Amino acid sequence: MSLAIPDRGWYQAPAGAEKLWIGLALIWCFVLSLMMPFWHFRGKQNSRGEAYAVTPAAFIARTEKFITANKVGERAGIPIVEPAPGGDAYLLARMWAWYPVLKLRQGETYRLHLSSADLQHGFSLQPLNMNFQVLPGYDHVLTLTPTSKGEFTIVCNEFCGIGHDKMIGKILVE
Amino acid sequence: MSSATLTPPPPAPLHPVSSPGFRRCDTTGLAVCSTAERFIKFNAVAGVVFLLLGGIAAILLALTRWQVVHLLRVDWFYRILTFHGLNMLIFWILFFEVAVLYFACTVPLKARLYSPKVAWISFGMMLTGAIMVNTVIILGKADVLLTSYLPLLAHPAFYLGIILVAVGTLIAVFNYFATLYTAKRDQTYVGSVPLVTFGATAAAIIAVVTLLHGAIVMIPTFTYSMGWTPQPDPMWYRMIWWGLGHQSQQVNVCAMVAIWYLIANLATGAKPVNETVCRGAFVLYILFINLASAHHLLVDPGVGSAWKIWNTSYAMYLAVLASMIHGFTVPASVEMAMREKGHVKGLFGWVTSAPWRNPAFSGFVLSLLIFGFIGGITGVTLGTQQINIIAHNTLRITGHFHATVVGGTTLAFMALTYYVIPLMFRRDFIWRGAARVQPWLFGGGILLVSLGMSFAGSLGVPRRSYDIEPAGIFGGAAHLFLGVMGIGAVIAVIGLLLFAVLCVGTILFGEKNAGRPMADWGTAQAMVGSRVGSLAHDHWAMKGTMALTAVFLACFAVYYFANWKALADVWPVR
Repeated sequence: MSLAIPDRGWYQAPAGAEKLWIGLALIWCFVLSLMMPFWHFRGKQNSRGEAYAVTPAAFIARTEKFITANKVGERAGIPIVEPAPGGDAYLLARMWAWYPVLKLRQGETYRLHLSSADLQHGFSLQPLNMNFQVLPGYDHVLTLTPTSKGEFTIVCNEFCGIGHDKMIGKILVE
Repeated sequence: MSSATLTPPPPAPLHPVSSPGFRRCDTTGLAVCSTAERFIKFNAVAGVVFLLLGGIAAILLALTRWQVVHLLRVDWFYRILTFHGLNMLIFWILFFEVAVLYFACTVPLKARLYSPKVAWISFGMMLTGAIMVNTVIILGKADVLLTSYLPLLAHPAFYLGIILVAVGTLIAVFNYFATLYTAKRDQTYVGSVPLVTFGATAAAIIAVVTLLHGAIVMIPTFTYSMGWTPQPDPMWYRMIWWGLGHQSQQVNVCAMVAIWYLIANLATGAKPVNETVCRGAFVLYILFINLASAHHLLVDPGVGSAWKIWNTSYAMYLAVLASMIHGFTVPASVEMAMREKGHVKGLFGWVTSAPWRNPAFSGFVLSLLIFGFIGGITGVTLGTQQINIIAHNTLRITGHFHATVVGGTTLAFMALTYYVIPLMFRRDFIWRGAARVQPWLFGGGILLVSLGMSFAGSLGVPRRSYDIEPAGIFGGAAHLFLGVMGIGAVIAVIGLLLFAVLCVGTILFGEKNAGRPMADWGTAQAMVGSRVGSLAHDHWAMKGTMALTAVFLACFAVYYFANWKALADVWPVR
């Protein structure tokens, strides 16, 4: 029994159904392991963690420059900015807003730079439910290709203080 | 308890029962070290108190996230969320684990606890730390949630309290290893340690690694909060913090599995089909679980694909293999014991004639099922590097760990308590009918909580968020699943309160059972003509377990590949 000292000679190879199950479980573990490298090379959705060191002040300056160069409109006081297809887009997270509103084109690929001016934030793109972490000091680059049109909402899903639930942003895709 | 399931141990070289500081258990005949017994009681009682506090917090949180009720104010929501996380995941679990460790290194080995002084120091530090942390949180000086991600900053006493709890636990683990050493040296037992002690030792080894991570991350954060050193890097903080945060849950897994083996044995007389396999699986935990902090960094900047893939799979999923092995060997041991007792009808005759009236047994089975089918399958899937993109920081994550830590670990700890109190406090339970229902209430409630959270998370509902209305995008289905979570939480907390009332009521008013065996909860009875050991050489007799594990593997595969399909439907990203 589990509470007693085992009999001498307890060291025995598995047999029968137990051996079969260990074999099946091991094969399943190999399938689980191989799916990730497979998807890395053949799948279209990966998180490579591409990132560069950046100070909050420098990232804010890059975002402002990006807005000045590419602004196409305004929505509730927040600039709407359309980056060039294949170009860089900047999205600043801060307590408690996503800045600016991005306007993208379906089927084009963008390098989306994410960083924070203060605390950690969570980039959660809805209703697609795509989620990435945003950290201060890190310029997190997502190479993103919108494949559907419409108005998408960015919800913050990393706790960032009292206004966390009201930190909402937009990405428009045409 | 009938003597059929627990026979007195054979005489050992030394007879500690007749020596001072020991008593012979009236139910099991085992020699119990009085010092160990005292500290098992202290730590278990402290654990249940923190469980109760965490449970009160749980109902406040659930009734806030259930949007129709939306109970708390926003500042108190995050405050209580911080409180809930620390009391449940850290204090309740660690105190109870120390109790399990003190049991596992003394009673099965007929050994004496190494040092009551060390046990006092450990208990004092842990209790002081826990009270400090709770006080700081309630005063509103640490609204940083369990993870306290930098640059969020709490009052220094918050970090100091956590350091005290961690170091206090490390000291208890030292007492554990010192007891193992002195027991071996004094030959209180001959041969290999019992399986329960082996599993507890695996938990203790992982706990050392875990708590060292805690010290490494918390000490510079504490000195930063005092203004003595610069701010640690937030990404570095995340990586090391999760070395504490995730691995500590693997300590729970080890302790929980050891308890599964123990209760299976107490209630049905089950013994491992193959000791080597069970022990080998514990060794796999020790070797591979260490890498699990990667689960929380899968969509983070600064760590690359190769690092993420290798670490999140715990090196080819060898720790998952360990859990899948236990998921087979535990039910197989019960099935073999039941079949040897003559319950052989069909595939599942051994299930229907199992001692379901025993709350320890029903709690253990529910723990195994909820942990395996919900917690395990979702855990591996959400921890898959790319699939994490459609799960990170949504309520899916919370749904996963409420199935593992609450439905699995907490329920197993509750189940064990139905033996700890009669055997250690030597009082029989009051309200035995209510006790038989309690695991079903708690387990059923948590199942609803976990499912409600998981489905809401699949619709994008974030975890750790006060209100989903400002986003303006969550419709009827999201609200429905948050309602399911809320109803489940009400049921589970009723089960938790019932558990606390039963424990406290029994310790104060239960009938004393010193001098006689504890009142039997119900154990598997042998049929006429059956013989223990009759299936010792039949390696294919566990037909029901084979069927159950086949169903498990099928569910696993369907859920796993359905998630890859869901991932393939979102925007390409790299």
